Amino acid sequence: MGSKTPHYDRHVEAGARIVDFGGWDMPLHYGSQKEEHHAVRRTAGMFDVSHMTIVDLGGERVRDFLRYLLANDVARLGEPGKALYTCMLQEDGGVVDDLIVYCIADDKYRLVVNAATREKDLAWIRRQAEAFGVHVAERAELAMLAVQGPKARELAAPVIHAEYRDAALALKPFYGLDAGDYFVARTGYTGEDGWEILMPAADAHAVWDRLIAAGVVPCGLGARDTLRLEAGMNLYGSDMDETVSPLESGLAWTVAWEPADRDFIGRAALETQRENTDRRRFVGLVLEDKGVLRNHMKVIVEGVGEGEITSGGFSPTLERSLALARVPAGDYDRAQVEVRRHLLDVRIVRPPFVRHGEACIDV
Amino acid sequence: MNELPGDLLYTSDHEWLRREGDGSVTIGITEHAATALGDLVYVELPEIGQEVESGGEMAVVESVKAASDVYAPVAGSVTAVNEELADDPERINAEPYGDGWIVRMEVGNLDESALMSPDAYQRLLDELDD
Repeated sequence: MGSKTPHYDRHVEAGARIVDFGGWDMPLHYGSQKEEHHAVRRTAGMFDVSHMTIVDLGGERVRDFLRYLLANDVARLGEPGKALYTCMLQEDGGVVDDLIVYCIADDKYRLVVNAATREKDLAWIRRQAEAFGVHVAERAELAMLAVQGPKARELAAPVIHAEYRDAALALKPFYGLDAGDYFVARTGYTGEDGWEILMPAADAHAVWDRLIAAGVVPCGLGARDTLRLEAGMNLYGSDMDETVSPLESGLAWTVAWEPADRDFIGRAALETQRENTDRRRFVGLVLEDKGVLRNHMKVIVEGVGEGEITSGGFSPTLERSLALARVPAGDYDRAQVEVRRHLLDVRIVRPPFVRHGEACIDV
Repeated sequence: MNELPGDLLYTSDHEWLRREGDGSVTIGITEHAATALGDLVYVELPEIGQEVESGGEMAVVESVKAASDVYAPVAGSVTAVNEELADDPERINAEPYGDGWIVRMEVGNLDESALMSPDAYQRLLDELDD
């Protein structure tokens, strides 16, 4: 048996199929993964993300520390409340993890990192933090729900303490807010509007029950994966890991090159790689035929070389198969994928595939 | 889970087989298999006329989550495939023992020794639940 989140009993009561995810007993789905997926695209769904690791950082030099630790630049955040998506890199440019950093105050920041990389991340952060005198505190006592979909904020607003409700509803995308003992952020991993809500574990059941009563559909890890794939969002461990840099993972946009004198871990390696014209591409694939693209399938570009699917699956919204893939350098927009004994045609596109319920590509 | 149809034979790979009385059998996957896979999104069917060995790959069923091979429970020659599954693979989830059938095969002398009765298959399912 793995670790259980504060919402675990509710998953079992709702008929979830429970699977192991990075040492956690998590819901894969509650009956139909496809229906859960559609609920998020059309109305509102919720995901238990309490297994994710919340780390609070404090100290006078915390900003300097994060400008050194992270490839994106927290100086871009400007004002408290803003959030930033970034990678945390090794010296060689390999990705330790991807994460969201929230600026809560000038001397207080919050990171949300992946569950499966918890120990590695905490050790890495603590090691780097020492020289900056930054205090690192894991917030394992908090529960976290992601409520996502076009109706998510409206349906979830009543669970926010009344005095913070208007401010929460006024949050712009990628902003967060301390709401008493809750924390609300207009972020997510689905390509839809919505909130991620942190709360004391003692409130986990009550909040879950109120959201269910409001008509929010419980969604498992299965729908979370098809939603993020459609949204063209990377999954750590599949699309990138320690062996590849953000430049070969479609995450160059998260690397802040300016100001040029900001020294962050991995910068020198990335600068060398940036000059390399043989750098692999990271692309979206759309299957032209019937079938399903899966992780690790071989991508063949005639006359150019071979690559690999890093995340593949079926898109319930577009009703065809999509993938993210790392492929050889070159100027081409078609390829083939080896699906069992067959070579199937794929079109190369720039993700995302779906945002806010609408297709972003021709199908 | 609903009761198993009593007129079918089953395999430990969670397939079912119906004797049609004319030397042919119809084959599909059980409700247990369909539920475990989740919403099906694609079925790869064999060619008509294809000779299949017992235990050989006969079809592939793919759900949102995963691909799974369907093995031939007996040797035979494919005489029909359920073409409706190409556009509507979720028939297998909805009616695994009816409209969700996958393949019909000519089998000659059917060797039933490797197949399970409904009772035996039910016991296997009960053990999996424990």
